[in-house]
Amino acid sequence: MRLIDELPEVFESFAEQRKKSFIKVKELKEQGIPIVGSYCTYFPKELAMAAGAAPVSLCSTSDETIVDAEKDLPKNLCPLIKSSYGFAKTDKCPFFYFSDVIVGETTCDGKKKMYEIMNELKEVFLLRLPHKQDEAAVREYRNEMVRFKEYLENKFERTISEDDIRAAVHLNNRTNRAMKDLYGVMRHDPCPITGYELFKVLYGSTFRFDRLELTEEIEEMTARIEKEYEEGKNIGKRPRIIITGCPIGGATEKVIRAVEENGGVIVGYENCNGEKAVGLEVSEDTDDIYEAVARRYLNIGCSVMSPNPNRFKVLGEMIDEFHADGVLEMDLQACLTYDVESRNIRKFVTEEKNIPYLKVETDYSQSDVGQLNTRIAAFIEMM
Amino acid sequence: MNYLGIDIGSTCAKTVVMDSDKHILEYFFLPTGWSSFDALDRIKGQLSESADLDNVFCVSTGYGREAVSFANKTITEITCHAKGAQYLFGDTPMNVIDIGGQDTKVISVSKGRVEEFFMNDKCSAGTGKFVEVMANRLGVPTNDLNRLAENHTEDLKISSMCTVFAESEIISLAGKGESRENIAYGILDSVANKVRTLYSRLSDDDRPVYLTGGLCEADYFLKLLSDIIGHEVKTLPLARYAGALGAAVLSVEKFG
Repeated sequence: MRLIDELPEVFESFAEQRKKSFIKVKELKEQGIPIVGSYCTYFPKELAMAAGAAPVSLCSTSDETIVDAEKDLPKNLCPLIKSSYGFAKTDKCPFFYFSDVIVGETTCDGKKKMYEIMNELKEVFLLRLPHKQDEAAVREYRNEMVRFKEYLENKFERTISEDDIRAAVHLNNRTNRAMKDLYGVMRHDPCPITGYELFKVLYGSTFRFDRLELTEEIEEMTARIEKEYEEGKNIGKRPRIIITGCPIGGATEKVIRAVEENGGVIVGYENCNGEKAVGLEVSEDTDDIYEAVARRYLNIGCSVMSPNPNRFKVLGEMIDEFHADGVLEMDLQACLTYDVESRNIRKFVTEEKNIPYLKVETDYSQSDVGQLNTRIAAFIEMM
Repeated sequence: MNYLGIDIGSTCAKTVVMDSDKHILEYFFLPTGWSSFDALDRIKGQLSESADLDNVFCVSTGYGREAVSFANKTITEITCHAKGAQYLFGDTPMNVIDIGGQDTKVISVSKGRVEEFFMNDKCSAGTGKFVEVMANRLGVPTNDLNRLAENHTEDLKISSMCTVFAESEIISLAGKGESRENIAYGILDSVANKVRTLYSRLSDDDRPVYLTGGLCEADYFLKLLSDIIGHEVKTLPLARYAGALGAAVLSVEKFG
């Protein structure tokens, strides 16, 4: 694709990507390319790529299927888990439908128990993720990488060589770098684009299967944003907010809108939409590629880790780098690990970084849009 | 040129008119009724000539703030309450508790600026709505609850946090012959405890505490709340207007 459109149109086309990929995933199937569906940023997509498969995220973001899910799952459970299970159960998600392999992981209690039930619908390969980040955990997760590779080999009746993995690592590192460079444009004050536009690209990209082409597009996009910025294009000075907490998408984009419609701009996503997904690279200069992959993923600062120093480290760096005026944490209802950890995140943000912090708890309904607006508007008025 | 602050809450709509020296020229409140737009019409009808709408700057706040079509700016009630608290109680660092119709909030304020705030979640426990529903159930005006509670003979506890369940709890208490006074006490005690939970989240809970909102004329409730949070909670009759006062002050500061 050449960048012939205006940038806002390009961002909008990324917003439509999920739907556009419904057809794409069917075409891939017809070409004999297996689909590997996953639910988490701890999923090592490089191994699926090395198997010649197309990885896709199945995390659901709408309340459409929650009623169906609540027939099997408790009401007081995180909406992401309920919605994901509901889409699988009702067969309303084409990506789930076409997935040859579903990969779950032992992150939070709600998810790992849900996968046991999901396994009745379709086989789930469960990655056993350690909840600490020491060397013993790296060894443990490395073994999981090998076990997952062997599972893929059996399932797809092919061998995966180390060279295949290294090639996938090389490509995915480049993609991640491109994404990181893209959101690096938000260091500028005033910002060149809105945080919502950035989000559309980050989110839409997860539904792209042509990874190399995507990477080139993102690299080109970043160059173009920088060029237009130099020519004087920007969105004006606004209070600068970093988002942290649970993943955002679909229904919860209401939080992004509430920030930007009330005069703020989101300069960074310290969550699974941004930093946690693409902020890290796999070391290529290594003898043991399985260990390198394991190490990269295990380093993600998710609240399921105990202790979880990397989240504080990364958040602190982002606050400095993006000159944040405030941190907004969005937690999904009943997400215990993020909810409990928010006490220390608040202390860190307000006492060590000396900027305001607000936590909002929400679900996939739209019934709290008014309340969210008031809280978030008041938060922005503090700056 | 005068300055208008309009705070359309879920229960009451408060209006304050100021001159450019922040002297109050006029203030009143009306029940919001079923619609913020309707409330606004009634406000316009009641405003005297000191607030000729073609010749004022207006800041609107409260949940109905968007209804005020002629407002020069809308600002959230959190920011306005902080400003109003400064107007009423001064520059000193303080904590403000506002018990509104559908929201209860605690705000740390210093020199009129919000430093931190917490609000109740989607639930109505601990809000004015809770008090209103329960008073209705007892068949008394909301304002009488305070008097009744003062004459209680027993420290009755209402254990349900949910408004709907608390209402049925009251029905069964009344069925057992429990006195109105004791039930009234139980209702106010429940509100004060819910407020304490919110209050205890503030980083610095050891500051002068001020109450704003509809309950600030309920002297017995004030005493109860002071006992429960362990700090003397102070207020002024005008504190009911804190949001509208803050809006008027912000109107002077932004447009004056």
